[in-house]
Amino acid sequence: MAKKLDKVDVVVVGSGWSGGIVSAELSKAGYKVVTLERGENRKTADYTGVKDELRYTNRFEMMQNLSHETITSRNEINETALPVRTQGEMMAGTDLGGGGVHWAGASYRFDPYDFEIYSKTVERYGKKKIPEDMTIQDWGITYDELEKYYDKFDKMAGISGEEDPLGPKRSSDYPNPPMKETPNLRLFKDAAKNLGYHPFQIPSGNITENYENPDGQVINQCQYCAFCTQYGCDFGAKADPIVTVIPAAKETGNFELRTQSYVRRVLHDGGKANGVLYVDTVTGQEYEQPADVVVLAAFTFTNNRLLMLSEIGEPYNPKTRKGVIGRNFNGQYNNSHLGARGFFKDKKFNLYMGAGALGATFSDFQADKFDHTDLDFIHGGQIEIRQYGDGAIASNKVPKGTPKWGPEFKENSIFYANRNLNLWYTNAVMSYWHNYLDLDPTYKDDFNDPLIRITNKFTDQDFNISKFGIKKCKEVLKEMGADIIDEDEIPKKFNHVYFGGHYTGGVIMGDNPETSAVNNYLQMWDVDNLFVVGGSAFPQFGGIHPTPTIGALAYRASEGIEKYLKNGGQLATAKDNSSTA
Amino acid sequence: MSDKYDKDNEKDVNTNDKDGVSRRRFIKNTGLVAGGVVGGSLLGGVVTNQWNTTPDKDTQTKGNKTTPELQDARMFFSRKEDFEVLKAATERIFPEDDNGPGAVELGAPYFIDKQLAGQWGSNAKAYMRDPFKQGKQVQDYEHQDRDQDKQGPHSDTQNPTPTPRYQTRLNRGEMFIQGLRKLDKESQDRFKKKFIDAEGDQQDEILEAFEKGEVQMKGVEATTFFNLLLQTTLEGVYADPVYGGNKNMQGWVMKEYPGPRAAYINDIESDDFIKMEPKSLRDYQG
Repeated sequence: MAKKLDKVDVVVVGSGWSGGIVSAELSKAGYKVVTLERGENRKTADYTGVKDELRYTNRFEMMQNLSHETITSRNEINETALPVRTQGEMMAGTDLGGGGVHWAGASYRFDPYDFEIYSKTVERYGKKKIPEDMTIQDWGITYDELEKYYDKFDKMAGISGEEDPLGPKRSSDYPNPPMKETPNLRLFKDAAKNLGYHPFQIPSGNITENYENPDGQVINQCQYCAFCTQYGCDFGAKADPIVTVIPAAKETGNFELRTQSYVRRVLHDGGKANGVLYVDTVTGQEYEQPADVVVLAAFTFTNNRLLMLSEIGEPYNPKTRKGVIGRNFNGQYNNSHLGARGFFKDKKFNLYMGAGALGATFSDFQADKFDHTDLDFIHGGQIEIRQYGDGAIASNKVPKGTPKWGPEFKENSIFYANRNLNLWYTNAVMSYWHNYLDLDPTYKDDFNDPLIRITNKFTDQDFNISKFGIKKCKEVLKEMGADIIDEDEIPKKFNHVYFGGHYTGGVIMGDNPETSAVNNYLQMWDVDNLFVVGGSAFPQFGGIHPTPTIGALAYRASEGIEKYLKNGGQLATAKDNSSTA
Repeated sequence: MSDKYDKDNEKDVNTNDKDGVSRRRFIKNTGLVAGGVVGGSLLGGVVTNQWNTTPDKDTQTKGNKTTPELQDARMFFSRKEDFEVLKAATERIFPEDDNGPGAVELGAPYFIDKQLAGQWGSNAKAYMRDPFKQGKQVQDYEHQDRDQDKQGPHSDTQNPTPTPRYQTRLNRGEMFIQGLRKLDKESQDRFKKKFIDAEGDQQDEILEAFEKGEVQMKGVEATTFFNLLLQTTLEGVYADPVYGGNKNMQGWVMKEYPGPRAAYINDIESDDFIKMEPKSLRDYQG
């Protein structure tokens, strides 16, 4: 029997970037906020002195424990989905701060083209450019409208960067200077310049100077210690929710955090959310937390699943292509971040040093900055070189043709440990009618609730865009003087590995309730006091890492929630006709 | 931060290198290595115990080359014979050579034993609920390549469409026990001798058959077991010594990997490669 708690203004599900930003903004505005996090409480001390590759990179210390709940996955609508059982195949953040704690820190903005991709593609190339099965659509918000929220995120997070010569307009400079330039990044930039491209340092959430953000929270200077992606920061030097928005929320006195609180349902009747039902996983006690506004701000899978389990919104049906919840599931799988690896016989780099977002890039082949008239795909991506700081277990890269084990492997893996550089193309991934989310008919979680089921397959667009990107990476590596260049092979099929956390959609935003679940404040069309915040709102995936876009949307949503708390009602006007074909 | 870092750099050269070389010479001269593999249990035990030093600077045993490491004992594998097969197999995967020690000397078999005894070995964080659909799926789950289509033949179990990979009710510990016994049986069947007594190229032939999935195991693909063995061997060679492998950080010495450090902020722009004496978590946590 659930114990009913006192009503609060806002209950937030999830404490990552989305939940953290919403919690901070609303509690700063004077509203009483309760935030529920399924994982454990965490602070910087949890990540100090634990630079341990095996524990974090190979045993996924910071990732969701799948014994309680996982996802199921299949390629085709008529297949039986199977559970993704191991953390090696499915990495979603958990614990306070969520994926925002173990992210790498690459802090790009999506391109203006992304937000109006349908209209702009049709405008430039005609309707025929978009294949029938592709369900891309405009976001219901433009880059110019979102810019001030991006700016807010950059300043809160202290993003360290330099302007992309081909990038979209910014209202202010990056709050901190770019990261240091290492010899391998310089080699990349020189080669890119020789080829006529416009390289720059990757904007970074690893902060380059001690920085106090507008909330008064301090982020320390990055030490380039190499234990970054898949780790929490040793020094509080990475922009993450536990050193920024969570303490900012706590300082207001209006915020209560409850960890190890697993939300099972959004409670609702008559088109209004009343609160959430959750379980304290330490005691097993069930609680009902009533609130004026309910905010789902968990990872894509959880946002979708909670709506489906709570029977809110019309579930997407791929056969009729009607319904919205679960529609346009998208993301970057093994069909993105492909490129080539160069091996250098006479050059040795300090590859064991690095930081998550240390790298260089150019955007000449991003979005619609290049003419696609004669190309067999739309959109694009960044060509990137990264210097994460290779661990000793990870750095076993050998030229193709080397056996996977034995004497020759040992010799080459040791020789090339500090003599190889990888380039990749962070290409965009489009949405299709056949890629979606629903509830699995067979597999259940600890509470006997169905798992979320993913149906996802690749298309010609995916193959063609990867092929293009790999060719460009190879061209740059050649100019860099690599002795051996090995191209990545393009996968024919989705491999059901959910590795990078770039999985979005399913509760997408837009200007039409027929084709979107939330408006451009991330407010549900069907339920005015329910906001669904996070990557789940992406109608398709842009050509670059998503975090600042998720942050910007969370600031936008916070503004919307405040408006709703003041005036109530639906904040956007639905367009009558669909923006898609 | 930079103070601590500078101090780290001042430490003089690594003495382990010298030990490593002399040990290798010893092994070669005394013929302990048959076909590149440390043979019978007695000699294997001698090699893994006698010359390992402890990296722990606080203990009194520093420099005492004959002190055995007390943690080098089996806690997962009950049968010594299984562990002997494991030793021989890991040494074929990562053999001793002129670069430095192989898997056995680095303690990789003990590393694996400890890993399997813990939560990872019993799949504590994996989703292990029914139904386990067997027979059609690709189980080559430990392979890190992006493209499953390239991961070797799966004979009658090949599914034209990849699926989530791990679909067996066996946990990792169970896979290892079955796999090691199967390696031994395969050696008996093919060569009429134990795996540990087979020649190096015969051991390779068996390992390759597992890698290609040509050997039938129960409830799991041989390829899956092989990839698990390969992955954990490399982990045992290169993970922090706290886990029982990478003895004396000799895996890191070979790769010129410095171990966990507070900061590279003063060195990261250097045009030259910087070689540092490795430090372990023990050093880093202080």
